[in-house]
Amino acid sequence: MSLDLILRVGAKIILPFILLFALYVQFHGDYGPGGGFQAGVISAGMVILVAVVFGLGPARRIAPPGLIRFMVPLGVLIYAGTGVAGLLLGRNYLDYAVFALDSAHGHERGIFLVELGVLITVSGTMVALFYSFVERGR
Amino acid sequence: MALLTLLAVTTIGIIRLRSLFGVVIMAGIYSFVMASLLIALDAVDVAMTEASVGAGISTVILLATLHLTKTTEVASTKHSLIALALVLIIGGALVFGTLSLPPFGVADAVIHQHVVPRYLTDTIKETGVPNVVTSVLADYRGYDTLGETTVIFTAGIGVMLLLAGLRRRGEEPKKEEDAK
Repeated sequence: MSLDLILRVGAKIILPFILLFALYVQFHGDYGPGGGFQAGVISAGMVILVAVVFGLGPARRIAPPGLIRFMVPLGVLIYAGTGVAGLLLGRNYLDYAVFALDSAHGHERGIFLVELGVLITVSGTMVALFYSFVERGR
Repeated sequence: MALLTLLAVTTIGIIRLRSLFGVVIMAGIYSFVMASLLIALDAVDVAMTEASVGAGISTVILLATLHLTKTTEVASTKHSLIALALVLIIGGALVFGTLSLPPFGVADAVIHQHVVPRYLTDTIKETGVPNVVTSVLADYRGYDTLGETTVIFTAGIGVMLLLAGLRRRGEEPKKEEDAK
C-alpha cells in the first residue's frame, strides 16, 4: 500500500478535476454534450477511484453509505416531484411551463430540476452498487 | 472502418479468452473503441455515456464481481447444434431486418420527417436549451427519462437487496479495516 506513491499522488491531483468535470457536464449539459446521467456516473467514478486507491475508509468519509442509500430514491422523487409540481400549478404532468413567468424559462428550470434528479439517482445507485459488491467480498 | 475492425478484433479476443480478468479488460477496451466510434458518428452524448458507463463503471463492477467468484472460465466440452442453429437463424433475421432500413446518413429518411424538424427549429423558442439532445431527453420525452431513472433506481435496489440478502438478519456489518 505504501509503494504506490505515484498512483496516490496522481490520484490526488486528478480527483478535484474529475469532480469539476462532472459538475461541468451536469450544468453545461444544456449547451454542450452531457447531462445528469453522464455527470452522475463520472462523480460516482470519483468516489470509486478514492475507494480503489486510498481504501474504503476515506471513500466512506467522502460519501457516507447512509447518504448514498438516501440519494438513490431521492433523485426519482425529485424527478417525479417536478412533474407533480406542474400538476399542482394547474398544468399537465411534467409540463415545465409554469415554473417561470416566461414559458421557455420555465422549461429551462424544469429541465434543470429533472437533470438534478437524474444526477442524484445515478450517482447514488452506482456508488451504492460498488459498496455492496465490496462489502460482500470481505 | 479502422474502428470497426478494432471492434471485431476485440470481440474475437473476448470469445477466445478463458481468463475472465482478461475478458473484463477486453470488454472495457471494446466500450472505449465503441465510444470513439460514436464520436466519429457525431453522437457525443452517447459516446460520453458509453465511455463512462461501459468502460468505467461496469469494468469496476465486473472486477468487483471477479473478486467474489473464480477468475477462469470453465471450458464447455460439448457443442450444442441447436444453439448454433438458433444463433444463425436470429442473426440472419437481424441482418434481414437491416436490409429494409434507409441508407446510412440519408436526410429524408422517414424518421427525420415526423417530429424532428419541430424539435430542431423550436427548441430554443420553446425550452431555451440549445442542446437538442438535452431538451428532447428531459423535456419533450420527459416521461421516457422518468422511466429510465426509475429503471436505474429499481435495478440498483434489486442488486443491493440481492447482495445484502444472504447476510443473516441482525448481524452487524463488520467494521472495515483499512486493508483492501
